[in-house]
Amino acid sequence: MNWDLLFQLLINGVIVGLLYGVVAMCFVLIYKSTQVVNFAQGEFLLLGAWVCLYFLVEYELPFWIGFLLTMGFMAVFGIVVQMLILRPLIGEPIISIIMVTIGFSSFMQSLMSWIFGNSAVSYPQIFEVEVVNIGGLNVETAYLMSIAMSVAIMIIFFLFFRYSRFGLAMRATAYNQQIAQSLGISIKQVFMMAWAISAVVSAVAGIIIGMVSAVSTALSFIGIKVFPAVIVGGMDSIVGGVVGGVIIGVLENLAEFVDGQYLHIGNMYQIAPFYILIVILMIKPYGLFGTPDIERV
Amino acid sequence: MAGISSPRPCGDYRTSYKSDMTIFPSRNSLYAAIAGLFLLLAFPMIGNDYHLSLLIQIGYYSIAAIGLNILVGFTGQISLGHGAFFGFGAIFSAYLNNATGIPVFFTIPLAGFATAAVGLIFGIPAARIKGLYLAIATLASQFILEDFYARADWFSGGSSGSLAEIVNFLGIDLDTDQKYFYLVLFWLVVSLIAAANLIRTRDGRALVAVRDHYLSAEIMGINLTKYRILSFGISSAFAGIGGALYGHYLGFVSVEGFTLGLSISFLAMIIIGGLGSVMGSVLGAIFITLLPEFTEIMADFVLPESIADGKAYVKEMSVGAAIILFLVFEPEGLAHRWKLIKAYWKLYPFSY
Repeated sequence: MNWDLLFQLLINGVIVGLLYGVVAMCFVLIYKSTQVVNFAQGEFLLLGAWVCLYFLVEYELPFWIGFLLTMGFMAVFGIVVQMLILRPLIGEPIISIIMVTIGFSSFMQSLMSWIFGNSAVSYPQIFEVEVVNIGGLNVETAYLMSIAMSVAIMIIFFLFFRYSRFGLAMRATAYNQQIAQSLGISIKQVFMMAWAISAVVSAVAGIIIGMVSAVSTALSFIGIKVFPAVIVGGMDSIVGGVVGGVIIGVLENLAEFVDGQYLHIGNMYQIAPFYILIVILMIKPYGLFGTPDIERV
Repeated sequence: MAGISSPRPCGDYRTSYKSDMTIFPSRNSLYAAIAGLFLLLAFPMIGNDYHLSLLIQIGYYSIAAIGLNILVGFTGQISLGHGAFFGFGAIFSAYLNNATGIPVFFTIPLAGFATAAVGLIFGIPAARIKGLYLAIATLASQFILEDFYARADWFSGGSSGSLAEIVNFLGIDLDTDQKYFYLVLFWLVVSLIAAANLIRTRDGRALVAVRDHYLSAEIMGINLTKYRILSFGISSAFAGIGGALYGHYLGFVSVEGFTLGLSISFLAMIIIGGLGSVMGSVLGAIFITLLPEFTEIMADFVLPESIADGKAYVKEMSVGAAIILFLVFEPEGLAHRWKLIKAYWKLYPFSY
């Protein structure tokens, strides 16, 4: 038993898992408030990472300015996507909505490979110190920042939904659209806001991942990895998204460990979450925190 | 699932169930179908190789799309794993022929049966979940199957792929496109007839009932679990046959071709063609196969020289764009458009 490796992988799992959690939160946010299953979440993430990188490299802007510009761009992008593509499909059956986001995802994928190329690009150096020593463990600054940012985003989400007016409006809409509308909440605004927030936050996750490793087309696969996370946590629970993300992150690293040490099958890292997904769907389809659909006839 | 309404002209003069269930609504449409078939039979003598290869592609994609339409359009279950089932048919047929020496002519239908069995297994989640959750479960089966193909060297040849023999029918090697075309056409006609008739049987009506309102269907005594899983089996059988035809046409089966992207293009075919329409699946397969060719031609005219290298990307983008545009502007697909055009001619100069 290689304890050091196991420990290292578990830490990795938590770090990656928190990021999955952030993306899962964005996914759940859209699903909960607009009933749209966004298969293009990974493309949002990748687009954010590319755009920020573009600002930093082409215009040589300082990181924080580039970062803020990216946020603004993504907010507008999210709203435009919602208005042009999703709004005409309100009230359509679920397959149309799933398909339109899938179509959008494949459209964006080719568009981004066209504009930004297919090769992986690293972010320029942002932190002066690369490695920090904490309690005898060498931790990369980027990882620390990744954890800090993920936790910060989660806290902001919590505060936003708990205490702000808009957060309250969004919760009301998620609970019941008709009642919310009759109480004077603008559903249009809520929908646009949900997409804008989701796009912005996914972009943050994308930038973090880009800084930790590199930006490449492969990043958009995280949009698919989010599905096991939200299914484990429950499709309509933001807390569930975070918990599910961490669980999936840790489990896939554990699978990697077991595979590397004992089984030697290879590629378990990529595929284990999907086995977990099917098992969860079979035994507890609504996840840990989701609300079951009760149908009355 | 959206009720697929058929815009019949005003005044429905059918008086019996029999006339309501005919495949060919009038004698003329039967003649048109037969004439079309003869035209296709004659095509290899007149068409050039390039067009022929496009037609063969349309053929095997149509077969798989018909299968997916049975699952999505008729039963109302979304599958994101159809590309993997298509791949199973291709790999299994090549494997069976290489391992046992059973002639390829017979391994194609056998691949259909084997893929049906795989489809039944991966359809098991449908017993418990539906809608979105089922779509995600099939997404998982897509990745699990893809991973299995890449791993199972004995079955698929692993990363190096495996050879698929050419088809030999009664001593004739179907080694040219001209000859292979007839094999694909044969299976396409078989699939069309099977699918069109499936809908008229007891089981087919049960599938449609499950789509339209599953609770009512269950109350009327339809075994939901059985039909939900069965529909996966039926749909995979078509995918398997289509996949086997694809494999033996290329002569080589690589495990890398059966990605989520392929599943998405199958879904695009049936969405564009029209959900719940057998003819629509074929129209959609034609559309999706010809779209890249069309974009290629258009790109030569429209794109300036400087970004001509982006043509490959524009082609990929066109599929995504087609899905979005159809869903926004013509959600019922080409089959619906076709009906409207027919109704227009029939009723001219009155609007109804």
